[in-house]
Amino acid sequence: MTTTQPIEYPPAPRTTARWITTIAVAALAWVALYSHLTEIADALVAALGLSRATHFGEAVHFFLYDTPKVLLLLTGIVFLMGVVQTFFAPERTRALLSGRRLGVGNAMAASLGIVTPFCSCSAVPLFIGFLSAGVPLGVTFSFLIAAPMVNEVALALLFGLFGWKVAALYLGLGLLVAIVAGLVIGKLKMERHLEDWVRAIHAGEAAAHTGERLSWVQRFEAGRDHVREIVAKVWPYVLAGIALGAGIHGYVPEDFMASIMGRDAWWAVPAAVVLGVPMYTNAAGIIPIVEALIGKGAALGTVLAFMMAVIALSAPEMIILRKVLKPRLIATFAGVVASGILLVGYVFNLVL
Amino acid sequence: MKNVKVLGTGCANCKNTVKLIEEVARAKGVEIALEKVEDIQAIMSYKIMATPGVVIDGQVVHTGGVPARSKVEGWL
Repeated sequence: MTTTQPIEYPPAPRTTARWITTIAVAALAWVALYSHLTEIADALVAALGLSRATHFGEAVHFFLYDTPKVLLLLTGIVFLMGVVQTFFAPERTRALLSGRRLGVGNAMAASLGIVTPFCSCSAVPLFIGFLSAGVPLGVTFSFLIAAPMVNEVALALLFGLFGWKVAALYLGLGLLVAIVAGLVIGKLKMERHLEDWVRAIHAGEAAAHTGERLSWVQRFEAGRDHVREIVAKVWPYVLAGIALGAGIHGYVPEDFMASIMGRDAWWAVPAAVVLGVPMYTNAAGIIPIVEALIGKGAALGTVLAFMMAVIALSAPEMIILRKVLKPRLIATFAGVVASGILLVGYVFNLVL
Repeated sequence: MKNVKVLGTGCANCKNTVKLIEEVARAKGVEIALEKVEDIQAIMSYKIMATPGVVIDGQVVHTGGVPARSKVEGWL
């Protein structure tokens, strides 16, 4: 991929009133478009002279319906998250968590993990920052696990493609895994498995941080920048995923997947987790494929377990964490999270 | 001459921050000593919580994400 251009800022700063007008107009257009997706796809397929009765026509319809739907949801949710995240700078999150006991602290940490902005290369500074402020190790882990496990992009897509029940179950189980994993790691008292230099910092004082006061205009601008950053990065994966999904939807026979990825195959969930770890990809690219696979008889839990393993247990993240954690603690972390994902996979397969 | 350090382990945001600072310095004709700090222990000695971070003459002025161009122009 080519390097991205630095973001250009408009010469005159926008006023709050102009932002609110722009957002209101955009929201109206969003709702109008979103509620007419089927009609638009029908009209486009007809205009192309295709029939949904054919494999190709059905595949094209899937693509033309899903692409705007997924991109609309992605833009909407990513913008909202960008604004919400301005309220939860890492320093503020640390302040909220420091001195919290296990239990309540774990639940708070897991929830904050979803709304606090940080990229995976900041995992180590965050980790050390938390510990040095007196956040217990188990609580810190709840945060670190929830952040990638409950992914905003994944949540948006699940909501759009499978409805609110599946999205809520994903959110709930993701939080549960993060809370329980943090509690387990806290109970195991694994502080001595931190690298020595980290423990040395642990004993030191945390620097006082003066947070910046943000105006609403700056928060909206952060939302816009978040959209530019995330949507610009993931749209090719989304399109590729939907195209592949469209192919599966149009051509693969019904129930073909049931035999290999169906809910009756008990080994499918662990196999999905094992397959997911070495991969590192975007939730945005996987979910359209997930939708198509499920339409062909794959079990949702199996596919979700795969997705969570890809996002939360990625090899690159482990390599970054190795700088602060000794192998025993890395292994415990991976083991506890993997068990959690297995549980989520089986629960989804049982319930749905 | 200002001493500018960019703290970061080498992700895309860190590289973009370095590029942005170089660009702004060139555009304004300001001489700076730009240094990239990649060693995690060295980064942590500045007690930041999110990378990339920017340090000017020993003072942390920015953390977490590529700074806005207007912000960089203000520093130099």
